[in-house]
Formats: sequence, structure tokens, C-alpha cells
Amino acid sequence: MKQRWNRKDLLGLHELSAEEITFILETADAFKEVGAREIKKVPALRGKTLVNFFVEPSTRTRTSFELAAVRLSADVINISASASSLAKGETLKDTARNLEALHADILVLRHSSAGAPQFLAQRLQASVINAGDGAHEHPTQALLDLYTIREKRGTIAGLHVAIIGDILFSRVARSNIFGLVKLGARVTLVGPSTLVPREFEKLGVEVSYKIDNVLPNADVVNLLRIQHERQRKEYFPGIGEYTRFFGLTKERAKLLKPDCLIMHPGPINRGVEIDSEVADGLQSVILDQVTNGLAVRMAVLYLCGGIAT
Amino acid sequence: MKQGRENSSAAVPIMDAEAIRRALQRIAHEIIEGNPQLSKVVLAGIPSRGVEIAQRIAAFIHRIENIDIETGVIDVAMHRDDVGTRPELPVVRASKLPLPLEERTVIIVDDVLYTGRTVRAAMDAINSFGRPARIQLAALVDRGHRELPIRPDYVGKNLPTSAAEKVRVRIGSAKEPDGVWVERT
Repeated sequence: MKQRWNRKDLLGLHELSAEEITFILETADAFKEVGAREIKKVPALRGKTLVNFFVEPSTRTRTSFELAAVRLSADVINISASASSLAKGETLKDTARNLEALHADILVLRHSSAGAPQFLAQRLQASVINAGDGAHEHPTQALLDLYTIREKRGTIAGLHVAIIGDILFSRVARSNIFGLVKLGARVTLVGPSTLVPREFEKLGVEVSYKIDNVLPNADVVNLLRIQHERQRKEYFPGIGEYTRFFGLTKERAKLLKPDCLIMHPGPINRGVEIDSEVADGLQSVILDQVTNGLAVRMAVLYLCGGIAT
Repeated sequence: MKQGRENSSAAVPIMDAEAIRRALQRIAHEIIEGNPQLSKVVLAGIPSRGVEIAQRIAAFIHRIENIDIETGVIDVAMHRDDVGTRPELPVVRASKLPLPLEERTVIIVDDVLYTGRTVRAAMDAINSFGRPARIQLAALVDRGHRELPIRPDYVGKNLPTSAAEKVRVRIGSAKEPDGVWVERT
């Protein structure tokens, strides 16, 4: 049988083929079943050491990677930026090389600079998994979004997916765009023109500034969080105005098809990009995304960490 | 399965489709004889050929006793002890077993029994679902060379081999007939 995976690193969906993405999703199917067992743990990565190296704060992604690694029987070490020698002026490369000298096999990296995971992947023998780099990519988030769509709708090709909100600063949006387009979905980006530049059309997607025109035709809406921490200038007049024009309010949700999926990568700003009633409603698959994130990350760790080096 | 290799001069036919059919029918009778409470038995195949063999045995049991015996899938890829040491990473598939296992007899079904390491992994996988009353083992071919203290309860054919030989099984192909071959490498 032809080898379907031969990468030690997962840096982004941009460089993956549709076949590789599909193979990760199929592998995640197998690992999802482990979560339903009485003993939710398999020995696949026994003896391997995984370092969660989060230079930017994160709770859900770090926890999800940690739990995924534990369920694969790997040993896990967590390092945050403030607790690391980066705070003492050590370079990223030196910190990573020190981790490798301790025989770390897998490095899960979140960093505020785009390209940091690629930089390390080229210099380390260890597997490097991108857990979000700047505004570049967040591949495991997009994979779990793809997994959830495929699980709920059976397929991704031919579906119309609306990604709504802060596209400009969103690595989740970029990874989703790459993955969805490769798997044959139609993608429409929606948001204020300052946060959804027309340049995105070059990636093979549509751009709209009128949410009410898009919602009735969407099979999936993926709402992104307004990232206060990345906005150094004023991109829209205020939160209230954003909600009025682009928030998925209770009233606006009535425009959706009854089987349209509502997704959000979290953390949710309730009452800003989505109303509480909608986030907790029947069409919401937000918590399924969290559950599926575990299966997808187990698959990624197994595939990247399991290949012979 | 590699096309045409079993027809090369190095491949010696061991079982044809009819021999496989008779062997699985006999195993079905033995399972019925050895398990008075057939409703508690689960035939758990190891992908992909073990799953096909488990379904054929279940079909024979249905024909003989008119009982629909439960079947399952037990994938061993994530329970292997050699991840990272083989050039090719085994493809993982979802396991599926009826729950709870506590009162049941799980019969592991595989095509070829060799070192026993796959069966060891299958037993670990089953234990992560629960604690069955008994675990048994059925194999179409037992080629010897065990590396662990494991023995089968039901065997289609005992086939003494050398470690340099390969046993090839084809079963359930849409295009070509079932068969077992030994290849000298």
C-alpha cells in the first residue's frame, strides 16, 4: 500500500494536499472512537515526550493537545512564555534546541510570529506541530472544523461555508480557507471591509459585506472572535456597532436554513459576535468542535510523531 | 494484495476457495459446540481480512443455528508496540464492539496467526472496552513461530512454515477467487 503520510511536521493546511487532509480526518475517525471506551487511552505514542510550548496564552488548545497526548500515552511537559528562558532573553532557536537536547520528540508551538513553527521545523529533528502562529495558520483548528462539518453533513464538497468576522487577523480563517477550498467547498467571507479585504478573493473565495444576503444560502456559518488583542488601530467604530451589522443575533439566526451548522472556534464573546440563545441552540455544534478537536489532535500527533525518524 | 504475485513460480497454493469455505464452516461448528450460550458470543475481526472472515463465520452460524451472532471490529494499529520503529505507520481504523463486554465471550478473528503480537495488541484493545468473561482466538491459518504465550482456540489450517516464507491470504475480493499461498522470499 502506498504511504499516505510522510510528514514529521504539521505547519499549515496550505502545503497539504486534499488527500492528506482527508487522511487526517479518516485517522481522526478511528481516534474519536477511543473517547467512547471505558479506558480512554491507547499506547500508540508510549515512550514519546511532547512539549507544549505556548509563547502566546491559550487554554483550550493547550489543554486539548495535552489531553490528546496523554490519551496516546505520551509524556507531556507544558511551558509558557513567562516561565521560559525566552523571558530571560534566550532566542527561540536556543530554547527549542535545549528542549530537543532533553529528547523531546514532539514540539507543539504557539507563537505570535508567523513562520516560527516552520523556522523550528527546519532546524529540529523533533516533530513540530503549529498550534497557531501569528495571523498565519492554526491548522488543527481548521482540521477540527472540517471534521465537524464532515461528521454532521457527510461531505464538504459543494457546501457553502460563510466565515464571519475578523478575517484579517485570523489564522483560523486562513487555515479554514485553505482546507475548505481544497476539499471543494464554496467559501464566503463576511465582515467589515476593514477586516475583510478584497485581496482574499485571490484565495478562491467570495467576499461580502452584507451578512443578511449570505445567511439564507449558507450550509455552515463559522463565527470568528473579534480579536481585541491584535487590533492596534480602530478597524470598526465599536463593539455595539459590530454586533448590529455582523453579529449573529437571535433575529438574524432566523434567516438561516434549518440545517445550517453554527460554529465558533471559541472563546465566545457572548452578545458580541453571537447571541447566547444562538450559541446554545440546536444548530450550534460549538461543543462538538471541542470534542472533535481532541480526536483530530490525536490523529495529528499519531501521524507526525509516529513516523520513524 | 500485490497483483499476480501468487501466480509467480515462487507462490505455492495452500488453500483454494472451497478449502477456505469448508474450514470456516468447521470453525463455525466448533464455536457452536464450545459456546452453549451463543447469544453471548462476539466475533471480533481484525481489519481487514479478519473482519471478512468473522462475517463469513457468523453467516455459517446463522445457517446452522438460525442465530444472528454479534460481530465487531477490533483495530490493533494504535495498540502496537512498534510505532516509530517501522518504516510505514499502520493505518488506524475505528474499533467497534457491542457493549458492555462483561458477560460476553469475545472471539478474536484473524487471517494468519504468526508471532502472536497482533493478538496481544487485540487483547489490549478489547480490555480498554471492558472486561469480557472470556477471550478466544480463531485464525484461518496458523503458521507457527510464536513469540508470545498465545495459542488459538479455532484453526482453519495448521501450516508449518519457515520464517523466510510469506503467507498470502486473499478473501472477499470482488474480482478474484479466495485463496491462501506460501511465497518463498
